[in-house]
Amino acid sequence: MDVKTEILGKYNAKVFKSRRDHILQVEAGEDGKVQEIAANTRAIPGIMTNRGCCYAGCKGVVVGPIRDAVTITHGPIGCGFYSWGTRRNKARAGEDGKNFIQYCFSTDMQESDIVFGGDKKLRQAIKEAVDIFHPKAIFICSTCPVGLIGDDIHAVAAEAEKTYGILCQAFSCEGYKGVSQSGGHHIANNGLMKRVIGSSDQAPAGKHSLNLLGEYNIGGDGWEVERLLAAIGYEVVSVFTGNGSVADIARSHKADLNLVQCHRSINYVAEMMKAAYGTSWLKVNFIGIESVCQSLRDIAAFFDDPEIARRTEEVIAAELADVAPEMERLKERLSGKTAALFVGGSRSHHYQFLLRDLGVTTVLAGYEFAHRDDYEGREVIPDIKEDADSKNIETLEIVQDPKRYRVFLSPERYEELRRTMELERYSGMIRDMPDGSYVVDDLNHFETEMFAKALKPDIFFSGIKDKYVLQKGGTLSRQLHSYDYSGPYAGFRGAVIFGRDLVMGCYAPAWSMVIPPWKAAPSSNQQPPDEKGRNEGTAGGPSDA
Amino acid sequence: MRQVAIYGKGGIGKSTTTQNLNAGLASMGKHIMIVGCDPKADSTRLILGGLAQTSVLDTLREEGEDIELDLVLKEGYGGIRCVESGGPEPGVGCAGRGIITSISLLERLGAYTEDLDYVFYDVLGDVVCGGFAMPIREGKAQEIYIVCSGEMMALYAANNISKGIRKYANTGGVRLGGLICNSRNVDGEADLVSAVAKELGTQMIHFVPRDNMVQRAEINKKTVIEFAPECTQADEYRTLAKKIDGNDMFVIPKPLTQDRLEEILMEHGILDA
Repeated sequence: MDVKTEILGKYNAKVFKSRRDHILQVEAGEDGKVQEIAANTRAIPGIMTNRGCCYAGCKGVVVGPIRDAVTITHGPIGCGFYSWGTRRNKARAGEDGKNFIQYCFSTDMQESDIVFGGDKKLRQAIKEAVDIFHPKAIFICSTCPVGLIGDDIHAVAAEAEKTYGILCQAFSCEGYKGVSQSGGHHIANNGLMKRVIGSSDQAPAGKHSLNLLGEYNIGGDGWEVERLLAAIGYEVVSVFTGNGSVADIARSHKADLNLVQCHRSINYVAEMMKAAYGTSWLKVNFIGIESVCQSLRDIAAFFDDPEIARRTEEVIAAELADVAPEMERLKERLSGKTAALFVGGSRSHHYQFLLRDLGVTTVLAGYEFAHRDDYEGREVIPDIKEDADSKNIETLEIVQDPKRYRVFLSPERYEELRRTMELERYSGMIRDMPDGSYVVDDLNHFETEMFAKALKPDIFFSGIKDKYVLQKGGTLSRQLHSYDYSGPYAGFRGAVIFGRDLVMGCYAPAWSMVIPPWKAAPSSNQQPPDEKGRNEGTAGGPSDA
Repeated sequence: MRQVAIYGKGGIGKSTTTQNLNAGLASMGKHIMIVGCDPKADSTRLILGGLAQTSVLDTLREEGEDIELDLVLKEGYGGIRCVESGGPEPGVGCAGRGIITSISLLERLGAYTEDLDYVFYDVLGDVVCGGFAMPIREGKAQEIYIVCSGEMMALYAANNISKGIRKYANTGGVRLGGLICNSRNVDGEADLVSAVAKELGTQMIHFVPRDNMVQRAEINKKTVIEFAPECTQADEYRTLAKKIDGNDMFVIPKPLTQDRLEEILMEHGILDA
């Protein structure tokens, strides 16, 4: 019996029906047709999903990393505290000296704030934040109870903006909205588009300028990518949002090209900027040696400048020379190993390329909160059925900005490039996966254990919620959301760091050597206590071995 | 200790009826506490002779968790102990949550003493959310009276409140004790309210006629019983008090369908067919 059948067999009829379409085994279809998968639907009660909430997507992922803004969590302290620093999105103060991401700002709502409304406390929090930190902007992210009692955070933000003369934007990203973090990404994208992007017209200084979208600088990834882009000669106007700044994002519409790393969390901004300002976007992947080279060459082709093309090849050659011997050594040690990946909405795809560079085969990959287009490619978007949950998230009507709309590519060049690179398109993860491997959407704890047993991957990349379950079961696990304490993993140098971490884990199989107590002393051998309440003969427990 | 909640459509006269009824019970020698569950905090005005009360939630906000009972509990006419839950201004915060907070706090402070014969909860309007159902949840009010009139919307509300009671009747043991008709001089009012009560499986426990004496007493910040104890309207409230004190008809209501309710209204000539 194959593992999918085995898993589904354990479910009752209703769950079976729901989960069936979220699990597939990859088969090469005719004419490159991709298998359909169900995604972005509600988690099933009773099933231990790994998903987060709308607030996590808005504050934790997209808005939080902006370094020169103070992001206030409006709600009880827990949401603020548990979203504090866990993403490891690094930031350094710029010339303005502003970097607030190591702080946790919360209104710490109490019962009386719920009863009487939390707006006064929010106003006070904004005042204190402005007085103490002088941020470029204030962002307010609301948590569940704020939505229930209906605090008018947008009115408070508008009032604060007048009072303090800085941008103040509220996000109604209450945790219960939508089915996962995904709704929060969209709400954050909308807020940035409405209020930040386009609010400054300071032009780039360099000849070729671009934005790096969907790069959150986890473990310093964004810095590594920026280093490469700068070496080639590009001006990176803004990064959304790792080490990002309000000042840069405000003028991001002046850049010539948007690079999209994490498709799921930021594709809305890419599409909206295309509609409003004409900015083209290019799907890139800076994870994996081959992928980085391809992405850098695609960007060069977009700008079509011989000098840039030459510099691109020079940088690639120099970087490759640097890392090739070490990558070779690492590959030797890792070849033949297998991996499972269960991450948010893009990494499960991106890391398969880096694993391939290291000779590791992917046997299972899945996304926590992706939509069908992240699996099957953007061409399925028109076929995705809207439901009550997705309709609950606002879709902005974008109108072309008459003064600032400009098109970089000629129509002919645009068509030509669309054929050779992922220009304003994304083909999704399934196409890049080996035949026979599994794709699972919204993988849950039960399925994780079943797949780990059936597929026996050498390493299971996932997050904090299932990492220790896996490791105590004897499977090596690394967090691909936060990189545990490591990184950067992006670019050429990052690939080496990743490879070394992997070798370290695989060649120190500590977890598989730990024998849990219940395997040494089965509890079923325990005898009931005798009349005197003593329990004889089981202290230390007889082993069944 | 009998814990009683009074519900009914907004503006129907719940607070006035409750306070007059309580004055009647007090004159029978009963020990009573009124817990006002309306953010307007006007449920005890007639007993206290004005809006002299600091609400539980205001006190909670000002003083933090460190509250003494005597800060929020005041004695008024006939030794009736008065508490106002209070709540946010209209349009902000969560009044329902406020009621939950307030009642829990009163319990912790020991407001529910052994010597009390009655605790009355005067609850605003309809049961719009969980907070407003707090008085009828487990361990709180066991009996409910709905104040209504022969007007259509009042009876719609009464039927709706009955749905809320039925929901908690199965889990919390709350029962409907009857409808109190606070007359608006509608034609055939007593018959109509009796008919609806019967259909709900309960009774119209008393028909309180309309009398300007009520308004006069209110302007003087008094119940009718205190203001004009000899008048006929005072007798009506005393009768209501006696009936409630002696009531033994407690039912799980059978709410009417919309169609059936309208049918009854038509039978009694309110709706033209």
